[in-house]
Amino acid sequence: MNDKPHLDEEALTELQDVMEDEFDVLIETYLKDSSDRISHLRSAIGSADPDAFARTAHSFKGSSINIGAPMLGELCLRAEEAGKDNRLDEASDVVDAIEVEFQRIEQTLKRFLA
Amino acid sequence: MTDSKPLRILIADDSDSDRLILKTLMKRLGHQVRATANGSEAVAIFPEYLPDVVLLDVMMPVMDGITAAREIKAMAGEELVPVIFLTSLTDAGALARCLDAGGDDFLTKPYNKIIIQAKLGAFNRMRQMHKTLSQQRDLIRERNRQLLEEQQLAKRVFDNIAHTGCLNADNIRHHVSPMSIFNGDILFACPRPAGGMHILIGDFTGHGLPAAIGALPIAEIFYGMTSMGFSGNDVLREVNDKLGRILPTGMFCCAAMIQADFHLNQLRIWNGGLPDVVLLRKGGPRELVPSRHLPLGVLDSARFDATMELFHTSAGDTLLMMTDGVLEAENEQAERYGEGRLKQALDTAPAGEPPIDTVLGAIRSFTGEQSGHDDLTLVSLDMVVASDFHESAERLPQSALKGPAQWHCVYEVRDDTLAQFSPLPLLLHICMEVPGLRRKSADIYTLLSELYTNALEHGVLGLSSDLKTSPDGFSYYYSERERRLEQVSGHYIRFTLTHSMTRKGGKLIITCEDSGQGFDHSSQITTGAADESGNANIKYSGRGLLLMQKLGHSLRYSEYGSRAEIVYDWELAIKQPGGWS
Repeated sequence: MNDKPHLDEEALTELQDVMEDEFDVLIETYLKDSSDRISHLRSAIGSADPDAFARTAHSFKGSSINIGAPMLGELCLRAEEAGKDNRLDEASDVVDAIEVEFQRIEQTLKRFLA
Repeated sequence: MTDSKPLRILIADDSDSDRLILKTLMKRLGHQVRATANGSEAVAIFPEYLPDVVLLDVMMPVMDGITAAREIKAMAGEELVPVIFLTSLTDAGALARCLDAGGDDFLTKPYNKIIIQAKLGAFNRMRQMHKTLSQQRDLIRERNRQLLEEQQLAKRVFDNIAHTGCLNADNIRHHVSPMSIFNGDILFACPRPAGGMHILIGDFTGHGLPAAIGALPIAEIFYGMTSMGFSGNDVLREVNDKLGRILPTGMFCCAAMIQADFHLNQLRIWNGGLPDVVLLRKGGPRELVPSRHLPLGVLDSARFDATMELFHTSAGDTLLMMTDGVLEAENEQAERYGEGRLKQALDTAPAGEPPIDTVLGAIRSFTGEQSGHDDLTLVSLDMVVASDFHESAERLPQSALKGPAQWHCVYEVRDDTLAQFSPLPLLLHICMEVPGLRRKSADIYTLLSELYTNALEHGVLGLSSDLKTSPDGFSYYYSERERRLEQVSGHYIRFTLTHSMTRKGGKLIITCEDSGQGFDHSSQITTGAADESGNANIKYSGRGLLLMQKLGHSLRYSEYGSRAEIVYDWELAIKQPGGWS
């Protein structure tokens, strides 16, 4: 159902190259932002706000793609579309999938930290 | 190029990690960066940071990228500040909306260093090109404004020197485009001191300032010499000589010169390179006076022929002259108006319509009405009864400067100089040094020229004015005059001028003596008087003497008519309330 790789090694290597000393800061920033976003997604479902849900999913998608986590990006895209289409009943399942994928990414990324 | 020069880059992205990546990337590429978290902050920073490139995320809280792009483009005004949208969007419609909002391009996530570098380089080149273009456009705009300002100024100076003279006389109609001096056309008219007028119409090769500069000395010579009483061919010779000296090779002036005499009902016409001058006889056929000479400024003075063709006219005849712009006027199909259409327009003209209106109307309907932009110069002259044409010399302001008042001079013209030279302008000039006499220039010129003509033709050349009573005799008289002039030798004409002041003004005594046999002036005066009392066929010779008697205080002949003396009393103008009249 999702054939994207968990981690884009190439993108990540380029990021390391570009960020140099700030690579660690970037990863930490991303990880913190992402867990914040997951709670935002949950609370948006709780308050039945598909608009806020879609926007958070959109930002999450962008930064995940940038950091080199294409499968997470793909899951966020599905969440974003669900929000836009006002299908919040399906949203919980997607957020669960996002959370599982994120934990996986988090484990892997932490290995990149010094 | 300037690719290596650091750019100022403004970023707006609400995602901390994305912003961090972009900011670091840009710094690594050697640029200066200001990063903000939403569109509103970017808009606020823009005016003081003045970035070279703006990078905007599309979806942001507070103010989204599309709104920010519009505001930034509005603030940038004419300056090109590339706006690049940052997006993970992939659907074409959404990308197109970004560009519609004023975006210049987009960058998709994940960011790629090489693509970003290439895009920034491309936009920087575009920005530089836009800047160069804007600067050049501003420069051209400024130069053009300067040029127009200079042209207006030049036109004011030009109009002061090359004023329209007597173009507003009742018997002249004319059309010139407003900035005609800059398309090289000239049109001047000036009354002659003895009555009648000169008209000069011309067309310089070339356009713009060079053409206008060439026109200035022509105007000075034309007005100066005409006012001093020089004849049309004297003016032509002088103008030709001057232009020959000042104009570069290949630049010259096609022109026609008209000398109109309303007393004698005569026109003298010289056409050098202009379209045919058209003489429309009242109720009769048209006569064409084609160009028989090279334009002014081509030949040196030795080879220049200033001979003017003589035409006898009647009141009601009209002379029409135009520059090449008339025949060269083009319609939308790039066809030229041409001589054929001109002829047809005149053939089918409604009775009573001034010919110049006929021609102008026909050209307008041919070219399809763009009256403000024409390159047309036309003038028409109606032959009128002499008394209907009023000279304006009497209206000249009196000079406040004191000039010579008590003086005496003798000027004698001798031998073959009699055939080549007219002393009249010089003598008139001497008389005009007396300030109060300036307003009487027409009178003085008439007196001098009648005395001189009588002394030369009747005295020195021994021609009888009886010859002039028939049209055949008239032309015989003039050909005989030419013949005898060529052979004249051992003769003289001597003018003695004496001026003194009187209580009311001054007294000018003109004596004219010649070396001829004398002539019977008394019979001529009688003949003239008889003509005055009812005979419409006025004899040319009698008119002069009558005129002199009327103008001068007294006219006295002695030595069998070879010595004539005129006493001319003149009065200062009375000072009216409000100035000198």
